[in-house]
Amino acid sequence: MQVDGVVNDWPNRWRHPDVYMDRGGPFAPESFIGGDELKEFIHSEDCKILVVGAGGLGCELLKNLALMGFKSIDVIDMDTIDVSNLNRQFLFRYKDVGKSKAEVAAEFIMKRVPGCVVTPYFGKIQDKDEEYYSQFAIIICGLDSVEARRWMNATVLSMYDEDDPSTLKPIVDGGTEGFKGQSRVIIPKSTACYECSLDMQTKPVTFPICTIANTPRMPEHCIQYASILLWPKEYPTTKIDGDDPDHINWLFNEASKRAEEYGIRGVTRTLTMGVVKNIIPAIASTNAIVAAATANEAFKLATSCAATVNNYMMYVGDEGLYTYTFPLEKKADCPVCGTESVKLAIPATWKLHELMESLLERQGTQMKKPSLACGDRSLYMQGPPPLEAATRPNLEKLVSELVKEGDTVVVTDSGLPISLKLVIHFE
Amino acid sequence: MSMKKKAAADAAAGTSKTKTSAARIRLQKDMGDLGSLPKTMQMSFPDPNDMFNFVLTITPDDGFYKGGVFTFSFKVKEGYPHEAPKVLCTQKIYHPNIDLEGNVCLNILREDWKPVLNINSVMIGLQYIFLEPNPDDPLNKEAAQVLSTNRKLFEQNVNKSMKGGCIGSVTYDCVSA
Repeated sequence: MQVDGVVNDWPNRWRHPDVYMDRGGPFAPESFIGGDELKEFIHSEDCKILVVGAGGLGCELLKNLALMGFKSIDVIDMDTIDVSNLNRQFLFRYKDVGKSKAEVAAEFIMKRVPGCVVTPYFGKIQDKDEEYYSQFAIIICGLDSVEARRWMNATVLSMYDEDDPSTLKPIVDGGTEGFKGQSRVIIPKSTACYECSLDMQTKPVTFPICTIANTPRMPEHCIQYASILLWPKEYPTTKIDGDDPDHINWLFNEASKRAEEYGIRGVTRTLTMGVVKNIIPAIASTNAIVAAATANEAFKLATSCAATVNNYMMYVGDEGLYTYTFPLEKKADCPVCGTESVKLAIPATWKLHELMESLLERQGTQMKKPSLACGDRSLYMQGPPPLEAATRPNLEKLVSELVKEGDTVVVTDSGLPISLKLVIHFE
Repeated sequence: MSMKKKAAADAAAGTSKTKTSAARIRLQKDMGDLGSLPKTMQMSFPDPNDMFNFVLTITPDDGFYKGGVFTFSFKVKEGYPHEAPKVLCTQKIYHPNIDLEGNVCLNILREDWKPVLNINSVMIGLQYIFLEPNPDDPLNKEAAQVLSTNRKLFEQNVNKSMKGGCIGSVTYDCVSA
């Protein structure tokens, strides 16, 4: 039944999720208003969801969201389908190998779930700007790197303007590593953000460089000997590309020689690639568990039908089975959310040193030696001496020569937990 | 790819909004908090607009390496402070914890790096290995062995190497002030 490209829902299509939208449960937030209007909202374009990543988690997320009744979904992924993805990324088939994950996933969901419109973008999250990200009600991440999460988190947090509630975009972030996983909700400025908990992230396994150089005991030591110590000597100008078979073969050969010399077993081509690319084995069912929890949080956020997780759930499946939920705390010195943003109107005739002096007199913060930057350009640095000397001439320049109307100046100072953002307007 | 072209076009048109990355904010704070430096350390920036790449010079005022001038290149990436800065000694020097390619064996640069550490922690760590070279974590095995068996000979070797002399089959860079 297609009317103007919109599929009318058949009777009882959304019977199950509707139960939760007709009336709230005992723990539903006070803001919950059940009924037809809410159901229409969930199905409408006003409740547009962004799924970042169309891999192991992304496939599960798209399936879950579409089957819950979200009908307007965007998906971003920069990757193409590899044959090794097919064991768990179930929206893809053998014929799709080499194609865009986002595009194939979108097409599959639209075919399978009538009425659901999935718009793919085959590219990097960094290609899109705030205007793009502001069209979504909720942003869900199923990413595989700390770098991409940090970028997404910083972008969504920077969009939030406390005077405009429509700029508040919750992030639901899922992640898995083998039998372990996590799901969390980030509400800008009210919960901890991704950057606040950066020190909790597992980092790639690193070995002491002297162990690698002198006392290897594990096959990984031999592989890192080849990649960290031998490669830069042999090819000083070329960076290792983990996807280049020639590079992997060279490293594998060198690591094998090293292993033989020390009587270490277990250096394989697969392990070499795993160590070089820092690959963690992905388990399909862990993805399913984490994606399910993540999609449910998105549904609760969109409908207010029940309380959302507060605010971090970890799932540990490699030592028995254990889940634990706890609130990660906001960090006062978080460079992303610990940064207060202030609109500052200054006379167009002010020089940079006058702006600096006004900062020192500011009530509420006790700044002593503020350093200032705009974008990736230093305006004035208190130290170290060569940067101070290089930026000193700016003090006598007009602020309007250095920054444009509406630009953000980032101030750091030992008296601030981390930084202060000044959105500059000229009077 | 067309995507790259588009990004370049956006940047040229000035449509991309100026934003300061979390890594840069953190680095700006690290740098600002350094203030003036102890007299044994100096920093220089090949491009003063680029805080992510700089050179640290250490001139130890005590220990085996007194009288030497040692330079290290620092490369900080956007992954900072999740990732440690990459540090290399730019000279060929005779030191148990530094190999002939300039790799440095300092725990906080690799296995013990934590985001609460900062540029200053690394600078202090580097200064420390000149005051107290550690023969138990060798990168230059020969040097480490001499240090643990014959401190007098080690001292002589260090002095000779710092003047650009030869130890074994290796000619070292002259690093004397």
